Amino acid sequence: MTLTEHPPTRVVSGERKWVGQSIRRLEDPKFLLGKGGYIDDMRVRGMLHAALVRSPHAHARIASIDTTAAKQLPGVFAVVTGADAAELTDPMPDFGPAPDKTTWRCLAVDKVRYVGEGVVAVLAESRYIAEDAADLVEVEYELLEPVVDPEAALRDDAALVHEPLGSNVAYERTFTFGDVERDFADSEVVVKDRLRWHRSGGQPLETVGAIANFDRGTGMLTINTNTLSFTSYLFLLAGTLKVPANKLDVIPHPAGGSFGSKLWAVKVSAIAGMLSKVSGRPVKYLEDRVDNIANCDHHGSDRVYDVELALSREGIMRSMRVRSLDDYGAYIQFGVGHHGNALAQVTGPYRIGSVQYTVTAVMTNKCQQGAYRGFGSEVNNWMLERMVDLAAKELHLDPVEIRRRNFIGKDEFPYYIPTGNVYDSGDYERVLDTALELADLDRWRAEQAKAREEGRYIGIGLVTCAERSVFSATEFWFWFDEPGAPVTSMPESVTLSVDATGGITATLYSCAFWGNSPETMVAQLVAEEFDCEPQDVSVVYAGSRNGLPATGPGGSRTTVMLAGAVEGASGRIKDKALKVAEHLLEAAPDDLEWAGGGVQVKGSPDKRKSLADIAIQTHLFKHSLPEEIESGLEASKVYDHPYTTMPNADRSNLGVFYPFVGHACHIPIIEVDPQTGEVTFLKYIAVHDCGTLVNPRSLAGHITGGTVQGIGTALFEEYVYDEDGNLQTQSYMDYLIPTAMEAPEFVIGHCETPSPWTPHGIKGGGEGGRMMAPAAIAAAIDDALAPLGVRATALPATPARIVEWIESAWAR
Amino acid sequence: MNAVRIATTVNGVRYERDVEARMLLVDFLREELDLVGTHVGCEHGVCGTCTVLMNGESIRSCITFAVQADGQEITTVESLANGDMHPLQEAFWEQQGLQCGYCTPGMLLRAQEILAANPDPTREQVKEEISSNLCRCTGYAFIIDAVLDAAQRMRTIGGEPAPGADQEPATEVPEVPERVPGGEEARA
Repeated sequence: MTLTEHPPTRVVSGERKWVGQSIRRLEDPKFLLGKGGYIDDMRVRGMLHAALVRSPHAHARIASIDTTAAKQLPGVFAVVTGADAAELTDPMPDFGPAPDKTTWRCLAVDKVRYVGEGVVAVLAESRYIAEDAADLVEVEYELLEPVVDPEAALRDDAALVHEPLGSNVAYERTFTFGDVERDFADSEVVVKDRLRWHRSGGQPLETVGAIANFDRGTGMLTINTNTLSFTSYLFLLAGTLKVPANKLDVIPHPAGGSFGSKLWAVKVSAIAGMLSKVSGRPVKYLEDRVDNIANCDHHGSDRVYDVELALSREGIMRSMRVRSLDDYGAYIQFGVGHHGNALAQVTGPYRIGSVQYTVTAVMTNKCQQGAYRGFGSEVNNWMLERMVDLAAKELHLDPVEIRRRNFIGKDEFPYYIPTGNVYDSGDYERVLDTALELADLDRWRAEQAKAREEGRYIGIGLVTCAERSVFSATEFWFWFDEPGAPVTSMPESVTLSVDATGGITATLYSCAFWGNSPETMVAQLVAEEFDCEPQDVSVVYAGSRNGLPATGPGGSRTTVMLAGAVEGASGRIKDKALKVAEHLLEAAPDDLEWAGGGVQVKGSPDKRKSLADIAIQTHLFKHSLPEEIESGLEASKVYDHPYTTMPNADRSNLGVFYPFVGHACHIPIIEVDPQTGEVTFLKYIAVHDCGTLVNPRSLAGHITGGTVQGIGTALFEEYVYDEDGNLQTQSYMDYLIPTAMEAPEFVIGHCETPSPWTPHGIKGGGEGGRMMAPAAIAAAIDDALAPLGVRATALPATPARIVEWIESAWAR
Repeated sequence: MNAVRIATTVNGVRYERDVEARMLLVDFLREELDLVGTHVGCEHGVCGTCTVLMNGESIRSCITFAVQADGQEITTVESLANGDMHPLQEAFWEQQGLQCGYCTPGMLLRAQEILAANPDPTREQVKEEISSNLCRCTGYAFIIDAVLDAAQRMRTIGGEPAPGADQEPATEVPEVPERVPGGEEARA
């Protein structure tokens, strides 16, 4: 496909029985009964337990390790140092810019690069003994200068996190999309700001765990884990563990939350796999909470922005210059893919004609970044909306009005933004109008005025944000001129098996349960196809070995991709069922139709065969059917990314890599106590449009859950490193997750603008409220404290930061 | 190593076991009794994931030693359903009071305690009292809905409807357009 040749437009039927229904989730009963089957619930005969010795220092050379006492403790089976591990395993899979210069291993070798990095693994008959033994390991360190501040890390005299890299800059490049110089020259107004987004993370209540079982007889390594994803890429983990890819089977367990942080969390599997190979025994390694906070490889974005936004005097946005300094921590496993996410929707819902974007990825002595709900695009939303609000203030425009003046119109889709990515569809005015209607703004403005007379500070925030979905992995490599790669397909697969009674089983290949609703959603889609009851569909999760190509959750892709696979597999089953029915009903193919869960003669519903009638024929009585029909009734579909294109050679156009773009408007109403800096929610309105809804209530759960995570990001949560690189927030006493008392009362609204290019018109929405809430809350704080002249330029806006802003505003 | 004999009643069954003095109650329940419905969250007594009831009062089993359960009665999530789901479980299912399910056993037991003390709480009361337990998925709105729904169900079980129970339940299986926690839901 050329850059602007999009897929054919689908005709979306409005008549649906199951897609669009808020049925109860099929996953839930086992969890309610306490029989969830999480990884720590599993026990294998002969299983040993692992614990880690972690670095207490941010940056230090490992002078010596004495494991004598640990090995002598009764019940200890093995003590493996980083140097041992480097013999037993190859480096961890790494999609970063220079993996040979920022080498990442499952345990540190020679030096430690952050507090919490694993140094030694201990294997014992119980976790208690393993931790006792870990305490007996003596490690001598020679301290090195810690690299903590990302801007100081750029100085010539800064200590180096990775000496082979020669500096602390892992990646830097400036991209120019469109004629930025001209657009700035043509603009009457330029607003500038410096914005600071500090790191937070998913912090699922269940940590990452794996049970590895290496069979020395067969050479087979089986790993049960709560992190299966990127199934087609697991040959890389096999490489780390030095086993052939066809001897590795990764079996998924339900995850007690992920929020991105269990996407490709393979270090835990690598450690368990290594220890199982060493011992010949099944090995469980489950992170403890400190591991998950300090050593999970999945801290979120940590950015310093310098931004200029150019506008006409009427508030028409023309161009942006964005410099983003991102503190990646000690390693950079996903490269700067987070900025690919940002570039997928860098201009938001607005008609901004050109963009210059500089990304500088810095190495510091902190836990590395991974994935957290939004994967960097939520940060871009916050940055952009902060700038739009600044422009509105400068131009004395209402925040609603400036947005309306810049919206991409509903007739302008498909709309190609300057970076090359496309937005498939949208109706932003409708979402905004719906939100305004639900918010009852006039009433709140009156409340606000009344409160101000009483010396109270009520604030109303409003943001309108894009929500990209269904990534293509080109965003992980278009950063480089070489090596090039063809466009990446990122498939998802489903097998539908109809048993002899007509019962349907759907097999998923990459998709562990993560708290989302893959079983419910697949069952609804299958029920839609076959006109059966969703609760009668059985959904199973296959292991990775000899599975079909699969990618797994991430970038809000699951529902769209599984819908494509279900649609394709269903079509194949129906084709075969029609052939069988032709024979059974002695009818010509053109006279038959699929209706009511079976095949019937057109216009004669009494002449029909149900799916069960057809299934039993295909399972047991093949010889009575025509020669070309084989026994059984099963079909698979490998559904490839429906629309992704190559970047151009000079990277002034990155191609299409995130084409199904939803939209949302959030309006939080808050009160700020200027004495304490405390923020209280009075109401929270969130209206989302992610195309056709499969299960509206399930999506509402993502909106409320994601929004409360966004509230954590906006107000409370931060992995705080002090100037020596000590992690100050190693428990939930210090890393503050919102409770019910910090959560707002919600009003949720849904709009549905179907995608023209996906089954049923579905777009992804799983990243939910976290894409918008930080920006919305910052706007509400500004509005509340407008009389005091405060602008929220950093997050989390902790009480201390808010008080500081008020004090410095007074000082001005 | 320092084995201590304890006798404890868990979900109505009496157990006598020799345990290490340092063994945590949550590990005793999971590893010794195979009651894996009680989960470990923050390991620090903050998040409430490991909540069980001791003599009817909620405790954090990750910072309680097994020996402290000696002579006590412990209740875990496994006790709730008796063939059919407990009204609390029904309400959590009906109201989508869970997503990943990991905090759910602790939430259910804490909700049981809340409703035992106050069978007809207000939304504000539920919100404040359930704030003892962290949930990372739901944003709490659906959990609060579920506890209120459970309260209604439990008040009407086995006898006369409680005062106010003649009204429609707080939330039914939502049709479209639907209501959503704590407020309205609109679908344009």
